[in-house]
Amino acid sequence: LKLQTQFLSLPLQAKMSRPVQARRLEGTEKNIWVEFVKLAATHSTVNLGQGFPDFPPPDFLTEAFVRALSGENHMLHQYTRGFGHPPLVKILAQFFGKLLGRDLDPMTNVMVTVGAYQALFCCFQAFVDEGDEVIIIEPFFDCYEPMVKMAGGTPVFVPLRPKAPKDGKLMSSADWQLDPAELTSKFSKQTKAIVLNSPNNPLGKVFSRGELKLIADLCVKHDVLCISDEVYEWLVYDGKEHIRIASLQGMWDRTVTIGSAGKTFSATGWKVGWTVGPNRLLQHLRTIHQNSVYLCATVAQEAVAQGFQRELELYGKPESYFIQLPKELQQKRDWLVQSLDAVGMKPIVPEGTYFLVADISKFKSDVPDVPDSDEPYDSRFAKWMVKNKGLAAIPLSAFYCGAHKKNYNHFIRFCFAKEEATLKAANDILQKWKQEKTSP
Amino acid sequence: MLFTSRSFCCLGIKTYQLRANLLSRSIKLSASATMAFRHKNTRRIEGLDSNVWVEFTKVAADPSIVNLGQGLPDISPPTYVKEELAKAAAVDRLNQYTRGFGHPSLVKALSQVYERVCGRKIDPLTDILVTVGAYGSLFSTIQALIEEGDEVIIIEPFYDCYEPMVKMAGAKPVFIPLRYKNDGNAASSADWVFDPAELANKFNSRTKAIILNTPHNPIGKVFTREELQVIADLCIKHDTLCISDEVYEWLVYKGNKHIKIAMLPGMWERTITIGSAGKTYSVTGWKLGWSIGPQNLIKHLQVVHQNTLYTCPTPLQEALAQAFWIDYKRMDDPDCYFYLLSRELESKRDRMAHLLQEAGLKPVIPDGGYFMIVDVSTLNVDLSDVDEDQPYDYKFVKWMITSKKLSAIPLSAFCGPETKRQFEKYIRFCFIKENSTLDAAEVILKNWNKQTA
Repeated sequence: LKLQTQFLSLPLQAKMSRPVQARRLEGTEKNIWVEFVKLAATHSTVNLGQGFPDFPPPDFLTEAFVRALSGENHMLHQYTRGFGHPPLVKILAQFFGKLLGRDLDPMTNVMVTVGAYQALFCCFQAFVDEGDEVIIIEPFFDCYEPMVKMAGGTPVFVPLRPKAPKDGKLMSSADWQLDPAELTSKFSKQTKAIVLNSPNNPLGKVFSRGELKLIADLCVKHDVLCISDEVYEWLVYDGKEHIRIASLQGMWDRTVTIGSAGKTFSATGWKVGWTVGPNRLLQHLRTIHQNSVYLCATVAQEAVAQGFQRELELYGKPESYFIQLPKELQQKRDWLVQSLDAVGMKPIVPEGTYFLVADISKFKSDVPDVPDSDEPYDSRFAKWMVKNKGLAAIPLSAFYCGAHKKNYNHFIRFCFAKEEATLKAANDILQKWKQEKTSP
Repeated sequence: MLFTSRSFCCLGIKTYQLRANLLSRSIKLSASATMAFRHKNTRRIEGLDSNVWVEFTKVAADPSIVNLGQGLPDISPPTYVKEELAKAAAVDRLNQYTRGFGHPSLVKALSQVYERVCGRKIDPLTDILVTVGAYGSLFSTIQALIEEGDEVIIIEPFYDCYEPMVKMAGAKPVFIPLRYKNDGNAASSADWVFDPAELANKFNSRTKAIILNTPHNPIGKVFTREELQVIADLCIKHDTLCISDEVYEWLVYKGNKHIKIAMLPGMWERTITIGSAGKTYSVTGWKLGWSIGPQNLIKHLQVVHQNTLYTCPTPLQEALAQAFWIDYKRMDDPDCYFYLLSRELESKRDRMAHLLQEAGLKPVIPDGGYFMIVDVSTLNVDLSDVDEDQPYDYKFVKWMITSKKLSAIPLSAFCGPETKRQFEKYIRFCFIKENSTLDAAEVILKNWNKQTA
């Protein structure tokens, strides 16, 4: 009798016995951030790893948020328009219309998303089918690859290749360039889209007009879409200009331009992003959006709209946040460049973004090579550094596809959108580390 | 399309012009033809572009219209909820990225509240995913666990997004209707039932999941333990998942109890239970929801999440966590917002029903949720001259919006293709509204007969 009841109760205890997960998840399970964010949280005293500012958003933005909350209108706690809160899409259409030299319709040429991340997701889901190829320039913001795969597409990688800098000079992100012939060879009949990220995370490269024209000409020739991730559009240094590829000849009709309030206004936790483009493309993003999240949070959109209103009024003036922020960050960049150069890590001076990549070849003695290791050297180095020195950074191999991780495995990426005190503390760690290396 | 010069050369200048025109047109045509072909949408969204909300929220946006359509509270969220958000935004660190799968203080609070409700241990890090609304949870669940070749059972009428989400995942929706079982004057949502034998027939070896929504939108049905057991038995027998949309879990009226299907024997391992901050705290604009379930299922939802939007907004999650702590501490107290809101809505429900009855209508009294459906065919509004090829209830609502300045949602929006006929005489009203809104609705309904007479 006992055996019988045991047998009867077993199916009730059974988990789902067949494989549960969908095949679209294959190859997308690993995520570097889950691991490195945890490591930083556990071990780091100075976190220059994940890309977020440790200084607050500007007062005018947080004030706008609080105003929205305390106002008479409690309807800001309820649903707004799915494709974007009207005040926000209106000001975005105005602002980017000015920048692109076009008349933009807020209802059809702009869509608001949950961060630029969700904008990217909508683009891949809307345009990439099984069998489609998508060109990704390495190093790349790591989510592009799994998003292409989840959409059933095939990522095709083309690297930026470093050229030796002039004698005695530090390498610049401008020294990392595409080989035009190599890029051309990546375009095929299956190529559906190319992902452009300028200014580029992690290198900080700001693509020049000539480089953008090369890409644009290929897009037009092969009738390919361009997904242009421009979240760091305001963070350009040394008087450089951020050029929007959608403004180049033949590109408006085939480009979706992506932006981010998190990066624009130093409020990464608000998760407000947007897409700008022709209705013919955005209509499909709207279909994805209405079938995945449908709406973005109202209050944050209201506050971002007010932030943009202020910036529209102050555009080009010295008090504009879009002028003040890059000015401050350039200084921080220069401090970090100095700190790293002083101890023998070779920084690649970024033209834009708030990231900086440094060559750690001279520090290899602390973390010996393990010849048969599956894990790229820089990843082991970064883990060792956060555990033993308390300094968190991200290995550059994280931004390369599996097959290419070993090609650039002696670089790490630092984020310098940090308070002066944080950068000073980083400098102290580096100095002490250098002294420990050189003393007997 | 290209004409050779030889065939035209002897016809003179006129034909040269003609040829040049034809040539340039053919280039333009082939260029635009290429563009049109290459830039079309992916297969996964073929046929999914229309959406009832996009259509009807636009129409009802006019402030002169009494809006009982979209499920949008116009009552204020509780003061402490709004205050917590203001407090959160003032903390610098809370304006930056938080943990992707859910802000630590929020998943902790959720695990405590639901451990209390469920009577089982829930690990905040592995058994919970925070998403952009319950909508985001539905999407993550379906993308994670459903694919081409799968069938998903959907009970009609259904919250409209289930069908397109299942289709976008490449799977086949299989519908089973709720049917009205009684004759009589005062219909209740409890009178709408599924046929167990019919439901059993819908399950086969390709059935990957069934989507359950209790309390139910739009009817307001609160599924009984017996009904849930029928569904559970079939899930276990066929080794099927259950996606349980329980966003209205706190809104159940006297004499009813919300039961979690995940708590039935054999169901925890195969169920994803979905909840919503918007419905719990009357803050639909915060767009925060969550999925709760066993680690071996939630981990796949987490993979989808890390590849779709990565994190949800931080200050909103922190504020929600604080609000949950406040109410968690008084879950034994009748003033806990979970019960307070329910009581407030019950009286609004009763008022709404009364208004509709006074206008000569027979509303279906819901046991839960904040929607009420009503058969409008008894009003005999003749819309046969309206041109559009839409079901009767779509035409009726549009007519009601323009001529009566009152909005609702047509019920056929919540049906699969075969049941649209069955439900096209029903419309859905939302009653989570201020007294002033219900007053305005009362005026319209009282004058209805006068105007048509």
